[in-house]
Amino acid sequence: MGRLINRKPDKQFGTLLALLPFVLLLIAYMIGSEIRLAENPNDKLLPGFTKFADAIQRLAFQPDRRTGDYLLWTDTLASLGRLGAGMGIATLIGGLFGIAIGLIPLIRQGLAPLVAVLSMVPPLAVLPILFIVFGLGEVSKIVLIVFGIAPFLIRDVALRVQELPTEQMIKAQTLGADSGQIALRVVLPQIWPRLIDSVRLSLGPAWLFLIAAEAVASQSGLGYRIFLLRRYLSMDAILPYVAWITLLAYVLDFILRRLQIQLFPWFIAERRQE
Amino acid sequence: MSAVSFKNVWKSYGQQVVLEQINLEIAERSFVSIVGPSGCGKSTFLRMLLSQEKPSRGAILIDGQPLAEEPSSERGVVFQRYSVFPHLSVVENVALGLEFEQSRWFGKLFGAAKRDVLENAEQMLKAVGLENARDKFPSALSGGMQQRLAIAQALVKKPRILLLDEPFGALDPGIRADMHDLMLRLWEESSMTVFLVTHDLREAFLLGTRVLTFDHYRQREEEIGYYGATIVYDVPLKSSDPLKQQAKSFDTPQTLLQQQETQNPSRRDDPAPKS
Repeated sequence: MGRLINRKPDKQFGTLLALLPFVLLLIAYMIGSEIRLAENPNDKLLPGFTKFADAIQRLAFQPDRRTGDYLLWTDTLASLGRLGAGMGIATLIGGLFGIAIGLIPLIRQGLAPLVAVLSMVPPLAVLPILFIVFGLGEVSKIVLIVFGIAPFLIRDVALRVQELPTEQMIKAQTLGADSGQIALRVVLPQIWPRLIDSVRLSLGPAWLFLIAAEAVASQSGLGYRIFLLRRYLSMDAILPYVAWITLLAYVLDFILRRLQIQLFPWFIAERRQE
Repeated sequence: MSAVSFKNVWKSYGQQVVLEQINLEIAERSFVSIVGPSGCGKSTFLRMLLSQEKPSRGAILIDGQPLAEEPSSERGVVFQRYSVFPHLSVVENVALGLEFEQSRWFGKLFGAAKRDVLENAEQMLKAVGLENARDKFPSALSGGMQQRLAIAQALVKKPRILLLDEPFGALDPGIRADMHDLMLRLWEESSMTVFLVTHDLREAFLLGTRVLTFDHYRQREEEIGYYGATIVYDVPLKSSDPLKQQAKSFDTPQTLLQQQETQNPSRRDDPAPKS
Protein backbone atom coordinates (compact mmCIF):
# COMPACT_ATOMS: atom_id res chain seq x y z
CA MET A 1 0.00 0.00 0.00
CA GLY A 2 1.46 3.33 -1.10
CA ARG A 3 1.65 6.58 0.77
CA LEU A 4 -1.60 8.35 1.52
CA ILE A 5 -0.54 11.38 -0.52
CA ASN A 6 -0.20 9.22 -3.64
CA ARG A 7 -3.55 7.47 -3.47
CA LYS A 8 -6.13 8.94 -5.81
CA PRO A 9 -9.75 7.79 -6.09
CA ASP A 10 -11.03 6.60 -9.48
CA LYS A 11 -14.07 8.34 -10.95
CA GLN A 12 -16.80 6.26 -9.34
CA PHE A 13 -15.18 6.12 -5.94
CA GLY A 14 -14.55 9.87 -6.22
CA THR A 15 -18.22 10.61 -6.81
CA LEU A 16 -19.11 8.39 -3.90
CA LEU A 17 -16.65 10.20 -1.65
CA ALA A 18 -18.07 13.56 -2.68
CA LEU A 19 -21.66 12.47 -1.97
CA LEU A 20 -20.89 10.80 1.34
CA PRO A 21 -20.82 13.91 3.58
CA PHE A 22 -24.15 15.08 2.15
CA VAL A 23 -25.77 11.72 2.80
CA LEU A 24 -24.33 11.62 6.32
CA LEU A 25 -25.69 15.09 7.09
CA LEU A 26 -29.10 14.08 5.79
CA ILE A 27 -29.11 10.94 7.91
CA ALA A 28 -28.02 12.88 10.98
CA TYR A 29 -30.87 15.32 10.40
CA MET A 30 -33.39 12.52 9.96
CA ILE A 31 -32.31 10.82 13.15
CA GLY A 32 -32.43 14.08 15.11
CA SER A 33 -35.83 14.95 13.68
CA GLU A 34 -37.12 11.45 14.47
CA ILE A 35 -36.01 11.70 18.10
CA ARG A 36 -37.52 15.15 18.66
CA LEU A 37 -40.78 14.28 16.94
CA ALA A 38 -41.09 11.10 19.02
CA GLU A 39 -40.99 13.26 22.15
CA ASN A 40 -43.23 16.01 20.79
CA PRO A 41 -45.16 15.53 17.52
CA ASN A 42 -45.63 19.32 17.26
CA ASP A 43 -41.91 20.10 17.49
CA LYS A 44 -41.03 22.96 15.15
CA LEU A 45 -37.25 22.87 15.30
CA LEU A 46 -36.47 19.80 13.18
CA PRO A 47 -39.59 19.12 11.10
CA GLY A 48 -39.96 15.90 9.11
CA PHE A 49 -39.83 15.71 5.34
CA THR A 50 -43.60 15.63 4.87
CA LYS A 51 -43.72 19.03 6.59
CA PHE A 52 -41.15 20.34 4.12
CA ALA A 53 -43.19 19.05 1.22
CA ASP A 54 -46.29 20.77 2.58
CA ALA A 55 -44.47 24.07 3.05
CA ILE A 56 -42.93 23.94 -0.42
CA GLN A 57 -46.32 23.09 -1.88
CA ARG A 58 -47.87 26.04 -0.05
CA LEU A 59 -45.19 28.61 -0.93
CA ALA A 60 -44.30 27.58 -4.45
CA PHE A 61 -47.44 26.18 -6.01
CA GLN A 62 -50.39 27.85 -4.27
CA PRO A 63 -51.26 31.55 -4.53
CA ASP A 64 -50.87 33.44 -1.29
CA ARG A 65 -54.24 34.01 0.37
CA ARG A 66 -53.56 37.69 1.02
CA THR A 67 -51.79 38.82 -2.18
CA GLY A 68 -52.58 36.05 -4.65
CA ASP A 69 -48.85 35.72 -5.50
CA TYR A 70 -46.90 32.51 -5.68
CA LEU A 71 -44.57 33.59 -2.92
CA LEU A 72 -41.41 31.59 -3.67
CA TRP A 73 -41.33 32.83 -7.24
CA THR A 74 -42.11 36.48 -6.56
CA ASP A 75 -39.50 36.43 -3.77
CA THR A 76 -36.95 34.82 -6.07
CA LEU A 77 -37.64 37.30 -8.82
CA ALA A 78 -37.35 40.27 -6.47
CA SER A 79 -34.10 39.03 -4.93
CA LEU A 80 -32.47 38.03 -8.21
CA GLY A 81 -33.44 41.39 -9.68
CA ARG A 82 -31.69 43.25 -6.87
CA LEU A 83 -28.69 40.94 -6.92
CA GLY A 84 -28.38 41.20 -10.70
CA ALA A 85 -28.63 44.98 -10.70
CA GLY A 86 -26.15 45.31 -7.83
CA MET A 87 -23.64 42.86 -9.28
CA GLY A 88 -24.01 44.35 -12.76
CA ILE A 89 -23.31 47.89 -11.61
CA ALA A 90 -20.49 46.76 -9.33
CA THR A 91 -18.88 44.76 -12.15
CA LEU A 92 -19.06 47.74 -14.46
CA ILE A 93 -17.50 50.02 -11.84
CA GLY A 94 -14.93 47.38 -10.94
CA GLY A 95 -13.84 46.88 -14.54
CA LEU A 96 -13.75 50.55 -15.42
CA PHE A 97 -11.97 51.87 -12.34
CA GLY A 98 -9.86 48.76 -11.92
CA ILE A 99 -8.40 49.06 -15.41
CA ALA A 100 -7.90 52.81 -15.03
CA ILE A 101 -6.13 52.38 -11.69
CA GLY A 102 -4.09 49.40 -12.82
CA LEU A 103 -2.98 50.86 -16.13
CA ILE A 104 -2.53 54.59 -15.56
CA PRO A 105 -0.07 55.58 -12.81
CA LEU A 106 -1.55 59.08 -12.42
CA ILE A 107 -5.01 57.68 -11.73
CA ARG A 108 -3.54 54.98 -9.49
CA GLN A 109 -1.77 57.61 -7.43
CA GLY A 110 -4.96 59.62 -7.12
CA LEU A 111 -7.56 56.93 -6.49
CA ALA A 112 -5.95 53.79 -5.07
CA PRO A 113 -5.73 55.10 -1.47
CA LEU A 114 -9.37 56.21 -1.55
CA VAL A 115 -10.51 52.82 -2.82
CA ALA A 116 -8.37 51.08 -0.20
CA VAL A 117 -10.04 53.10 2.57
CA LEU A 118 -13.53 52.62 1.13
CA SER A 119 -13.01 48.87 0.98
CA MET A 120 -12.32 48.88 4.72
CA VAL A 121 -15.67 50.48 5.62
CA PRO A 122 -17.99 47.68 6.77
CA PRO A 123 -20.85 47.91 4.25
CA LEU A 124 -23.52 46.95 6.78
CA ALA A 125 -22.48 49.89 8.92
CA VAL A 126 -23.38 52.11 5.98
CA LEU A 127 -26.81 50.52 5.53
CA PRO A 128 -28.59 53.02 7.85
CA ILE A 129 -27.05 55.87 5.87
CA LEU A 130 -28.23 54.29 2.64
CA PHE A 131 -31.77 53.93 4.02
CA ILE A 132 -31.74 57.58 5.08
CA VAL A 133 -30.35 58.83 1.79
CA PHE A 134 -32.08 56.52 -0.68
CA GLY A 135 -35.19 55.59 1.27
CA LEU A 136 -36.40 52.07 1.99
CA GLY A 137 -37.02 51.14 -1.65
CA GLU A 138 -35.03 49.14 -4.16
CA VAL A 139 -32.24 51.70 -4.60
CA SER A 140 -30.77 51.39 -1.13
CA LYS A 141 -30.56 47.58 -1.40
CA ILE A 142 -28.83 47.74 -4.77
CA VAL A 143 -26.47 50.45 -3.56
CA LEU A 144 -25.56 48.31 -0.54
CA ILE A 145 -24.51 45.44 -2.82
CA VAL A 146 -22.55 47.84 -5.02
CA PHE A 147 -20.90 49.46 -2.03
CA GLY A 148 -20.12 46.08 -0.55
CA ILE A 149 -18.37 44.50 -3.52
CA ALA A 150 -17.29 47.23 -5.94
CA PRO A 151 -14.19 48.25 -3.91
CA PHE A 152 -13.06 44.62 -3.83
CA LEU A 153 -13.64 44.27 -7.58
CA ILE A 154 -11.78 47.51 -8.31
CA ARG A 155 -8.77 46.47 -6.26
CA ASP A 156 -8.74 42.96 -7.67
CA VAL A 157 -8.99 44.13 -11.28
CA ALA A 158 -6.28 46.76 -10.68
CA LEU A 159 -3.98 44.03 -9.33
CA ARG A 160 -4.72 41.74 -12.28
CA VAL A 161 -3.94 44.57 -14.70
CA GLN A 162 -0.63 45.21 -12.98
CA GLU A 163 0.12 41.50 -13.17
CA LEU A 164 0.03 41.54 -16.96
CA PRO A 165 3.66 41.21 -18.10
CA THR A 166 5.48 44.50 -18.73
CA GLU A 167 6.73 42.88 -21.93
CA GLN A 168 3.20 42.98 -23.32
CA MET A 169 2.83 46.69 -22.63
CA ILE A 170 6.20 47.45 -24.23
CA LYS A 171 5.41 45.22 -27.18
CA ALA A 172 2.07 46.96 -27.74
CA GLN A 173 3.84 50.33 -27.72
CA THR A 174 6.37 49.14 -30.28
CA LEU A 175 3.39 48.13 -32.41
CA GLY A 176 2.31 51.76 -32.32
CA ALA A 177 -0.52 51.56 -29.78
CA ASP A 178 -1.51 54.56 -27.65
CA SER A 179 -2.91 54.30 -24.12
CA GLY A 180 -6.53 53.97 -25.20
CA GLN A 181 -5.75 51.29 -27.76
CA ILE A 182 -3.75 49.36 -25.18
CA ALA A 183 -6.65 49.58 -22.72
CA LEU A 184 -9.16 48.38 -25.32
CA ARG A 185 -7.20 45.77 -27.25
CA VAL A 186 -4.61 44.47 -24.81
CA VAL A 187 -5.88 44.98 -21.27
CA LEU A 188 -9.68 44.80 -21.39
CA PRO A 189 -9.93 41.50 -23.31
CA GLN A 190 -7.46 39.90 -20.91
CA ILE A 191 -9.29 41.27 -17.87
CA TRP A 192 -12.74 39.88 -18.78
CA PRO A 193 -12.05 36.28 -17.74
CA ARG A 194 -10.27 37.45 -14.61
CA LEU A 195 -13.20 39.70 -13.81
CA ILE A 196 -15.47 36.65 -13.96
CA ASP A 197 -13.22 35.03 -11.36
CA SER A 198 -13.53 37.97 -9.01
CA VAL A 199 -17.28 38.23 -9.56
CA ARG A 200 -17.57 34.55 -8.63
CA LEU A 201 -15.63 35.23 -5.45
CA SER A 202 -17.83 38.19 -4.56
CA LEU A 203 -21.10 36.33 -5.10
CA GLY A 204 -21.05 35.16 -1.47
CA PRO A 205 -20.71 38.65 0.01
CA ALA A 206 -23.28 39.96 -2.50
CA TRP A 207 -25.88 37.48 -1.22
CA LEU A 208 -24.99 38.42 2.34
CA PHE A 209 -25.63 42.11 1.72
CA LEU A 210 -28.81 41.36 -0.22
CA ILE A 211 -30.33 39.24 2.50
CA ALA A 212 -29.27 41.65 5.22
CA ALA A 213 -30.88 44.57 3.41
CA GLU A 214 -34.04 42.56 2.75
CA ALA A 215 -34.23 41.45 6.35
CA VAL A 216 -34.12 45.01 7.63
CA ALA A 217 -36.61 46.68 5.33
CA SER A 218 -38.52 45.09 2.50
CA GLN A 219 -41.87 43.79 1.33
CA SER A 220 -40.57 40.93 -0.77
CA GLY A 221 -37.49 38.87 -1.43
CA LEU A 222 -35.99 35.66 -0.16
CA GLY A 223 -34.26 37.36 2.78
CA TYR A 224 -37.43 39.21 3.74
CA ARG A 225 -39.39 35.94 3.71
CA ILE A 226 -37.10 33.89 5.93
CA PHE A 227 -36.90 36.65 8.49
CA LEU A 228 -40.68 36.98 8.41
CA LEU A 229 -41.17 33.22 8.81
CA ARG A 230 -38.76 33.27 11.75
CA ARG A 231 -41.46 34.96 13.84
CA TYR A 232 -43.57 31.84 13.49
CA LEU A 233 -40.63 29.48 14.00
CA SER A 234 -41.57 28.02 10.61
CA MET A 235 -38.49 25.86 10.17
CA ASP A 236 -40.48 23.78 7.67
CA ALA A 237 -40.45 26.77 5.30
CA ILE A 238 -37.19 28.45 6.31
CA LEU A 239 -35.00 25.42 5.64
CA PRO A 240 -36.32 24.89 2.07
CA TYR A 241 -35.82 28.62 1.45
CA VAL A 242 -32.22 28.43 2.63
CA ALA A 243 -31.68 25.37 0.44
CA TRP A 244 -33.23 27.26 -2.48
CA ILE A 245 -30.96 30.29 -1.91
CA THR A 246 -27.95 27.99 -1.76
CA LEU A 247 -29.01 26.32 -4.99
CA LEU A 248 -29.45 29.69 -6.71
CA ALA A 249 -26.01 30.82 -5.57
CA TYR A 250 -24.48 27.58 -6.76
CA VAL A 251 -26.19 27.82 -10.15
CA LEU A 252 -25.04 31.42 -10.61
CA ASP A 253 -21.49 30.36 -9.83
CA PHE A 254 -21.79 27.44 -12.24
CA ILE A 255 -23.13 29.67 -15.02
CA LEU A 256 -20.26 32.12 -14.57
CA ARG A 257 -17.74 29.29 -14.71
CA ARG A 258 -19.28 27.87 -17.89
CA LEU A 259 -19.35 31.34 -19.39
CA GLN A 260 -15.65 31.74 -18.70
CA ILE A 261 -14.82 28.42 -20.34
CA GLN A 262 -17.06 29.11 -23.34
CA LEU A 263 -16.04 32.69 -24.01
CA PHE A 264 -12.37 32.60 -23.07
CA PRO A 265 -10.91 29.24 -24.05
CA TRP A 266 -7.45 30.84 -24.39
CA PHE A 267 -7.59 31.84 -20.74
CA ILE A 268 -8.33 28.31 -19.56
CA ALA A 269 -5.54 26.93 -21.75
CA GLU A 270 -3.12 29.57 -20.51
CA ARG A 271 -3.96 28.87 -16.89
CA ARG A 272 -3.49 25.14 -17.36
CA GLN A 273 0.06 25.78 -18.55
CA GLU A 274 1.10 27.74 -15.51
CA MET B 1 25.52 57.90 -41.61
CA SER B 2 25.27 55.49 -38.73
CA ALA B 3 21.87 54.00 -38.06
CA VAL B 4 22.42 54.12 -34.31
CA SER B 5 24.94 56.09 -32.28
CA PHE B 6 25.68 56.03 -28.59
CA LYS B 7 27.41 59.19 -27.40
CA ASN B 8 29.11 58.61 -24.06
CA VAL B 9 26.07 56.92 -22.52
CA TRP B 10 26.02 56.16 -18.79
CA LYS B 11 23.31 54.47 -16.80
CA SER B 12 23.21 54.41 -13.03
CA TYR B 13 20.62 53.69 -10.38
CA GLY B 14 21.45 55.96 -7.45
CA GLN B 15 25.03 55.16 -6.46
CA GLN B 16 25.14 52.00 -8.52
CA VAL B 17 26.69 52.51 -11.94
CA VAL B 18 25.45 49.87 -14.36
CA LEU B 19 26.86 51.01 -17.68
CA GLU B 20 29.49 53.62 -18.42
CA GLN B 21 31.23 55.23 -21.35
CA ILE B 22 29.24 53.52 -24.05
CA ASN B 23 30.38 55.01 -27.36
CA LEU B 24 29.18 53.28 -30.46
CA GLU B 25 28.52 53.88 -34.10
CA ILE B 26 26.37 51.15 -35.60
CA ALA B 27 26.20 51.03 -39.37
CA GLU B 28 22.93 50.65 -41.20
CA ARG B 29 21.83 47.02 -41.70
CA SER B 30 24.18 45.71 -39.05
CA PHE B 31 23.37 42.59 -37.08
CA VAL B 32 24.82 43.38 -33.66
CA SER B 33 25.21 40.54 -31.18
CA ILE B 34 25.61 41.51 -27.56
CA VAL B 35 27.18 39.06 -25.13
CA GLY B 36 28.53 39.19 -21.62
CA PRO B 37 28.05 37.69 -18.18
CA SER B 38 24.79 38.11 -16.27
CA GLY B 39 24.41 41.49 -14.62
CA CYS B 40 26.71 43.30 -17.03
CA GLY B 41 24.03 45.61 -18.32
CA LYS B 42 23.08 43.89 -21.59
CA SER B 43 19.41 44.15 -20.83
CA THR B 44 19.77 47.71 -19.56
CA PHE B 45 21.44 48.56 -22.86
CA LEU B 46 18.50 47.08 -24.74
CA ARG B 47 15.93 48.77 -22.53
CA MET B 48 17.57 52.12 -23.23
CA LEU B 49 17.41 51.42 -26.95
CA LEU B 50 13.70 50.70 -26.47
CA SER B 51 13.18 53.95 -24.50
CA GLN B 52 11.94 51.80 -21.66
CA GLU B 53 14.69 53.50 -19.66
CA LYS B 54 16.56 56.73 -20.19
CA PRO B 55 20.34 57.09 -20.09
CA SER B 56 21.58 58.91 -16.98
CA ARG B 57 24.13 60.72 -19.14
CA GLY B 58 24.88 60.94 -22.83
CA ALA B 59 22.59 60.47 -25.79
CA ILE B 60 21.38 57.79 -28.15
CA LEU B 61 20.75 58.84 -31.74
CA ILE B 62 18.90 57.07 -34.53
CA ASP B 63 19.81 58.39 -37.99
CA GLY B 64 21.28 61.41 -36.20
CA GLN B 65 18.01 62.18 -34.40
CA PRO B 66 17.59 61.77 -30.64
CA LEU B 67 15.73 58.63 -29.66
CA ALA B 68 11.95 58.98 -29.16
CA GLU B 69 11.00 59.34 -25.51
CA GLU B 70 8.72 56.32 -25.52
CA PRO B 71 8.78 52.93 -27.23
CA SER B 72 7.65 53.42 -30.82
CA SER B 73 7.01 51.42 -33.96
CA GLU B 74 10.39 52.22 -35.53
CA ARG B 75 11.91 49.85 -32.97
CA GLY B 76 10.39 46.37 -32.89
CA VAL B 77 11.12 43.95 -30.07
CA VAL B 78 11.03 40.23 -29.33
CA PHE B 79 11.45 39.18 -25.71
CA GLN B 80 12.31 35.75 -24.41
CA ARG B 81 8.77 35.36 -23.07
CA TYR B 82 5.41 37.16 -23.01
CA SER B 83 5.97 38.76 -26.40
CA VAL B 84 2.66 37.65 -27.88
CA PHE B 85 -0.87 38.34 -26.72
CA PRO B 86 -2.49 35.20 -25.29
CA HIS B 87 -6.06 36.37 -25.99
CA LEU B 88 -5.56 36.78 -29.75
CA SER B 89 -5.26 34.07 -32.37
CA VAL B 90 -2.03 33.81 -34.33
CA VAL B 91 -3.27 35.86 -37.28
CA GLU B 92 -4.90 38.44 -34.99
CA ASN B 93 -1.64 38.81 -33.10
CA VAL B 94 0.09 39.81 -36.32
CA ALA B 95 -2.79 41.96 -37.56
CA LEU B 96 -2.88 43.92 -34.30
CA GLY B 97 0.01 46.22 -35.20
CA LEU B 98 -1.72 47.16 -38.46
CA GLU B 99 -5.05 47.70 -36.72
CA PHE B 100 -3.46 50.07 -34.21
CA GLU B 101 -2.22 52.12 -37.14
CA GLN B 102 -5.44 52.23 -39.13
CA SER B 103 -8.05 52.53 -36.41
CA ARG B 104 -7.05 55.51 -34.30
CA TRP B 105 -9.65 55.15 -31.57
CA PHE B 106 -10.42 51.53 -31.04
CA GLY B 107 -7.50 49.76 -32.64
CA LYS B 108 -9.98 47.41 -34.24
CA LEU B 109 -11.02 47.11 -37.86
CA PHE B 110 -14.11 45.60 -39.43
CA GLY B 111 -15.30 44.53 -42.88
CA ALA B 112 -13.13 45.12 -45.91
CA ALA B 113 -10.41 46.98 -44.01
CA LYS B 114 -10.12 44.04 -41.63
CA ARG B 115 -9.89 41.59 -44.53
CA ASP B 116 -7.02 43.55 -46.05
CA VAL B 117 -5.17 43.58 -42.77
CA LEU B 118 -5.70 39.86 -42.24
CA GLU B 119 -4.42 39.13 -45.74
CA ASN B 120 -1.35 41.18 -44.99
CA ALA B 121 -0.88 39.31 -41.71
CA GLU B 122 -1.21 35.96 -43.47
CA GLN B 123 1.63 36.87 -45.82
CA MET B 124 3.77 37.61 -42.79
CA LEU B 125 2.78 34.26 -41.26
CA LYS B 126 3.91 32.52 -44.45
CA ALA B 127 7.26 34.25 -44.21
CA VAL B 128 7.85 32.73 -40.77
CA GLY B 129 6.24 29.38 -41.58
CA LEU B 130 3.18 29.72 -39.38
CA GLU B 131 0.47 29.68 -42.07
CA ASN B 132 -0.96 26.42 -40.74
CA ALA B 133 -1.37 27.78 -37.23
CA ARG B 134 -3.42 30.78 -38.41
CA ASP B 135 -6.35 30.40 -36.01
CA LYS B 136 -4.65 28.84 -33.02
CA PHE B 137 -4.13 30.65 -29.75
CA PRO B 138 -0.53 31.11 -28.60
CA SER B 139 -1.09 28.66 -25.74
CA ALA B 140 -1.47 25.92 -28.38
CA LEU B 141 1.91 26.74 -29.95
CA SER B 142 5.31 25.34 -29.06
CA GLY B 143 7.99 27.68 -27.74
CA GLY B 144 9.63 27.96 -31.13
CA MET B 145 6.36 28.73 -32.88
CA GLN B 146 5.54 31.37 -30.28
CA GLN B 147 8.83 33.09 -31.02
CA ARG B 148 8.17 32.88 -34.76
CA LEU B 149 4.87 34.58 -34.06
CA ALA B 150 6.55 37.25 -31.94
CA ILE B 151 8.96 37.94 -34.80
CA ALA B 152 6.17 38.09 -37.38
CA GLN B 153 4.24 40.42 -35.11
CA ALA B 154 7.19 42.79 -34.83
CA LEU B 155 8.14 42.66 -38.51
CA VAL B 156 4.68 43.48 -39.81
CA LYS B 157 5.38 47.04 -38.66
CA LYS B 158 8.57 47.11 -40.78
CA PRO B 159 10.73 48.50 -37.97
CA ARG B 160 14.03 50.31 -38.68
CA ILE B 161 15.56 48.51 -35.74
CA LEU B 162 14.72 45.11 -34.32
CA LEU B 163 15.67 44.34 -30.72
CA LEU B 164 15.93 40.71 -29.66
CA ASP B 165 16.27 39.99 -25.94
CA GLU B 166 17.48 36.39 -25.66
CA PRO B 167 14.71 35.35 -28.03
CA PHE B 168 15.94 31.79 -28.52
CA GLY B 169 17.22 31.21 -24.98
CA ALA B 170 14.34 28.94 -23.96
CA LEU B 171 14.29 26.80 -27.12
CA ASP B 172 15.67 23.34 -27.87
CA PRO B 173 18.95 23.33 -29.83
CA GLY B 174 17.37 21.91 -33.00
CA ILE B 175 14.56 24.47 -33.01
CA ARG B 176 17.12 27.14 -32.25
CA ALA B 177 19.06 26.29 -35.41
CA ASP B 178 15.87 26.66 -37.45
CA MET B 179 15.22 30.01 -35.84
CA HIS B 180 18.76 31.15 -36.70
CA ASP B 181 18.14 30.37 -40.37
CA LEU B 182 14.82 32.16 -40.25
CA MET B 183 16.26 35.21 -38.52
CA LEU B 184 19.13 35.52 -40.99
CA ARG B 185 16.78 35.20 -43.95
CA LEU B 186 14.37 37.83 -42.62
CA TRP B 187 17.25 40.18 -41.88
CA GLU B 188 18.73 39.75 -45.34
CA GLU B 189 15.36 40.39 -46.96
CA SER B 190 14.83 43.63 -45.05
CA SER B 191 16.85 46.75 -44.42
CA MET B 192 16.62 46.71 -40.65
CA THR B 193 19.38 46.89 -38.07
CA VAL B 194 19.19 44.08 -35.55
CA PHE B 195 20.40 44.00 -31.94
CA LEU B 196 20.53 40.55 -30.39
CA VAL B 197 21.23 40.02 -26.69
CA THR B 198 22.27 36.44 -26.05
CA HIS B 199 24.07 34.18 -23.63
CA ASP B 200 25.08 31.88 -26.44
CA LEU B 201 28.47 32.81 -27.89
CA ARG B 202 28.08 30.52 -30.87
CA GLU B 203 24.76 32.14 -31.72
CA ALA B 204 26.35 35.58 -31.37
CA PHE B 205 29.12 34.76 -33.85
CA LEU B 206 26.88 32.82 -36.21
CA LEU B 207 24.32 35.60 -36.65
CA GLY B 208 26.21 38.81 -35.95
CA THR B 209 28.07 41.11 -38.28
CA ARG B 210 29.49 42.63 -35.16
CA VAL B 211 29.83 41.16 -31.66
CA LEU B 212 29.88 43.47 -28.64
CA THR B 213 31.06 42.06 -25.32
CA PHE B 214 29.90 43.86 -22.20
CA ASP B 215 31.79 43.37 -18.96
CA HIS B 216 33.16 45.11 -15.93
CA TYR B 217 36.73 46.28 -16.47
CA ARG B 218 37.23 46.43 -12.73
CA GLN B 219 36.72 43.03 -11.23
CA ARG B 220 37.33 43.64 -7.52
CA GLU B 221 34.20 43.04 -5.47
CA GLU B 222 34.16 46.46 -3.78
CA GLU B 223 34.72 48.34 -7.02
CA ILE B 224 32.00 46.74 -9.11
CA GLY B 225 29.20 48.94 -7.74
CA TYR B 226 31.04 52.17 -8.51
CA TYR B 227 32.40 51.26 -11.92
CA GLY B 228 29.83 50.16 -14.45
CA ALA B 229 30.25 47.63 -17.19
CA THR B 230 31.24 48.82 -20.62
CA ILE B 231 32.10 47.38 -24.02
CA VAL B 232 35.31 45.43 -23.56
CA TYR B 233 35.46 43.76 -26.97
CA ASP B 234 34.01 44.99 -30.24
CA VAL B 235 34.52 42.40 -32.95
CA PRO B 236 33.46 43.12 -36.52
CA LEU B 237 32.74 39.95 -38.50
CA LYS B 238 32.73 39.50 -42.26
CA SER B 239 30.65 36.62 -43.51
CA SER B 240 33.95 34.94 -44.52
CA ASP B 241 35.38 35.26 -41.03
CA PRO B 242 36.79 31.95 -39.79
CA LEU B 243 35.02 32.43 -36.44
CA LYS B 244 31.72 32.55 -38.28
CA GLN B 245 32.56 29.44 -40.27
CA GLN B 246 33.42 27.67 -37.07
CA ALA B 247 30.16 28.71 -35.45
CA LYS B 248 28.28 27.55 -38.53
CA SER B 249 29.81 24.11 -38.46
CA PHE B 250 28.51 23.71 -34.92
CA ASP B 251 25.09 24.82 -35.91
CA THR B 252 23.04 21.72 -35.24
CA PRO B 253 23.31 19.20 -32.45
CA GLN B 254 23.68 16.50 -35.10
CA THR B 255 26.87 18.03 -36.51
CA LEU B 256 28.01 18.64 -32.97
CA LEU B 257 27.62 14.97 -32.18
CA GLN B 258 29.27 13.94 -35.45
CA GLN B 259 32.23 16.15 -34.71
CA GLN B 260 32.59 14.67 -31.30
CA GLU B 261 32.37 11.23 -32.79
CA THR B 262 35.14 11.82 -35.29
CA GLN B 263 37.36 13.56 -32.79
CA ASN B 264 36.90 11.09 -29.99
CA PRO B 265 34.97 8.00 -31.02
CA SER B 266 35.30 6.25 -27.67
CA ARG B 267 33.30 8.84 -25.71
CA ARG B 268 29.89 8.20 -27.21
CA ASP B 269 27.91 8.73 -24.06
CA ASP B 270 29.19 12.25 -23.44
CA PRO B 271 26.30 14.60 -23.13
CA ALA B 272 26.30 17.25 -25.84
CA PRO B 273 27.64 20.48 -24.39
CA LYS B 274 24.83 22.82 -23.51
CA SER B 275 25.01 25.73 -25.87
